[in-house]
Amino acid sequence: MAELNRDMFVIKGKDAKRMESISRPSLSFWQDAWRRLKKNRSAIVGLIIIVLYAVLAIFAPMFSKYTFSEMDIEAIHSLPSAAHWLGCDSTGRDQWVRIWMGARVSLSIGLISALVNMCVGAVIGGLCGYYGGKLDMIVMRIVDILYGIPSLIITILVMMVIGQGGVMPLIIALCIVGWIGTCRFVRGEVYRLKEQDFVMAAKVLGVPDFPIIIRHIIPNIMGMLITNLCMAIPGAIFQEAFLSYIGLGIKPPNCSWGILAKEGIQYLRTYPHEVIIPAFFICTTMLALNLLGNGLRDVVDPRLRGTD
Amino acid sequence: MAKYVAKRIVAALLTLWALVTIVFFLVRLMPGDPFTSAKLTEQVAENMRSYYGFDKPLLVQYFVYMGNLLRGNFGYSMKYTNKTVNYIIGQTFPFSADLGIRSLVLAISIGLVLGIIAARNRGKKIDFFCVIVAVIGTSIPDFIMGAFLQYFFGIKWGLFPVAKYNGIEYTILPALALSFYTLASVSRIMRSSMLEVVQQDYIKTARSKGLSEMRITCKHQIRNAIMPVMTVLGPTVASVLTGTFVIESIFAIPGMGKYYVESVSVNDYSMVLGMTVFYGIFLVTANLIVDILYGVADPRVRIGRK
Repeated sequence: MAELNRDMFVIKGKDAKRMESISRPSLSFWQDAWRRLKKNRSAIVGLIIIVLYAVLAIFAPMFSKYTFSEMDIEAIHSLPSAAHWLGCDSTGRDQWVRIWMGARVSLSIGLISALVNMCVGAVIGGLCGYYGGKLDMIVMRIVDILYGIPSLIITILVMMVIGQGGVMPLIIALCIVGWIGTCRFVRGEVYRLKEQDFVMAAKVLGVPDFPIIIRHIIPNIMGMLITNLCMAIPGAIFQEAFLSYIGLGIKPPNCSWGILAKEGIQYLRTYPHEVIIPAFFICTTMLALNLLGNGLRDVVDPRLRGTD
Repeated sequence: MAKYVAKRIVAALLTLWALVTIVFFLVRLMPGDPFTSAKLTEQVAENMRSYYGFDKPLLVQYFVYMGNLLRGNFGYSMKYTNKTVNYIIGQTFPFSADLGIRSLVLAISIGLVLGIIAARNRGKKIDFFCVIVAVIGTSIPDFIMGAFLQYFFGIKWGLFPVAKYNGIEYTILPALALSFYTLASVSRIMRSSMLEVVQQDYIKTARSKGLSEMRITCKHQIRNAIMPVMTVLGPTVASVLTGTFVIESIFAIPGMGKYYVESVSVNDYSMVLGMTVFYGIFLVTANLIVDILYGVADPRVRIGRK
């Protein structure tokens, strides 16, 4: 090792300007979140699968020569082939088109009901958590009571009341009880946040309530809300499939993944592909959403990273 | 503690009352009634309605029903005309309860063990395996699980009976199908809670006291890590309960779930109400027990706000 002596070094001095400058562009919370999410391989796989399914659900039925209700008597129970990519069902309807028509229904039920539940829950929970007092007490008592009621039973009954078989009634039924979980969680978070110093500082500076909620509280729970949303979508798809399976959800000729699975299971012994294919799409969607949800949670709440 | 328990009991009773009331009016709002049928002439249907008291004002019906309910009387089924709802529940509930308890025990015990093993071997192959089981378990709907288990283990390989419920070997497949989702979520929660507990100071203290690994895991880690699992037990009971709706129909088990779905679709008011209330009592009791246990296990719960 060469000997070091003073002559080898040059004093460059201190440049006050450069010391203070920020060498990299600053990242907003979402940019940082995206950067971290990109590193999570399973979450990205999940995201790709979801985007792929969504795109196929929108475009696949448009570019197929079959329609989802058209029957082909020659092709009843046919195996996947060049003409029918995923085979045909018991009345000769093309499974490829039916899968993606079903995906439209299942995915939109999942997304819409989860979104509505999130918004309703966040608003009610947010108001209760922020203002507290009597409103909070009354709403929370009601929420506590509703929380103890098996939600699926209420969903089934509401569904029967407002009309069976359609997509809209099912979404409404899922929304009537679905917001309660989000409400409880948002209330807790807001309750905790409003005691924090930055909210106190804003209050002292004379910021009115509304901007405090919009600028300080919502951004702080946004990450967790989105994670929650991601976890709620598979739940809703699950419930749709379940209800359709027992015959109280979507009804034929409407088509959803639950219906396809239900129809396929009757032929499990003879034509297993008719149930395996819908089952594959239901399971991979669940899997993808779960992986994405886990990834998002790790990104949003780094403390939990790797614990699940 | 007494105050905490009393509070929980009052809340449970209120929940039950709300459930009965909501379901009572929802059922009446459903289009048609049990006697809307092409086979009945208008006169007969009318007579049937007045026989069951549907011609009285709704509020009167409500109070009559509540009165009967308080005496434990669910009334007569309108489809199975000479059977009471109590009788049908009495006949079918044992099967559902048996199935439900088996799958809960299966789910909780295996779920906890998997979670603990995974957390103890974090980052190793066995941990990876447990996580895979958990992710797959939460991604497969129970009716698909049930159908595939039945197909492979029952029909193809002939290891277990395909359907019915006549002995211990009959219970294995349905219980497994019903428990898989719960098993997976219990193991997930247990694993992450174990990993969180490891970082706590009291574990370091225990270690620095020189306690053996075994003792630390059993006495300090598991005992604390099990708390979050207890909070999900209530919803878990609910999901197992609704899961019986499909599992019973797949495996042809003469339980309550099948009757419930059927009564909803034929507007059998008294059956729907009776069974919902019964399920409600069951769930509310389960939640109450969990709440009280939670209060016993964690003193912070019964003093402060949750």
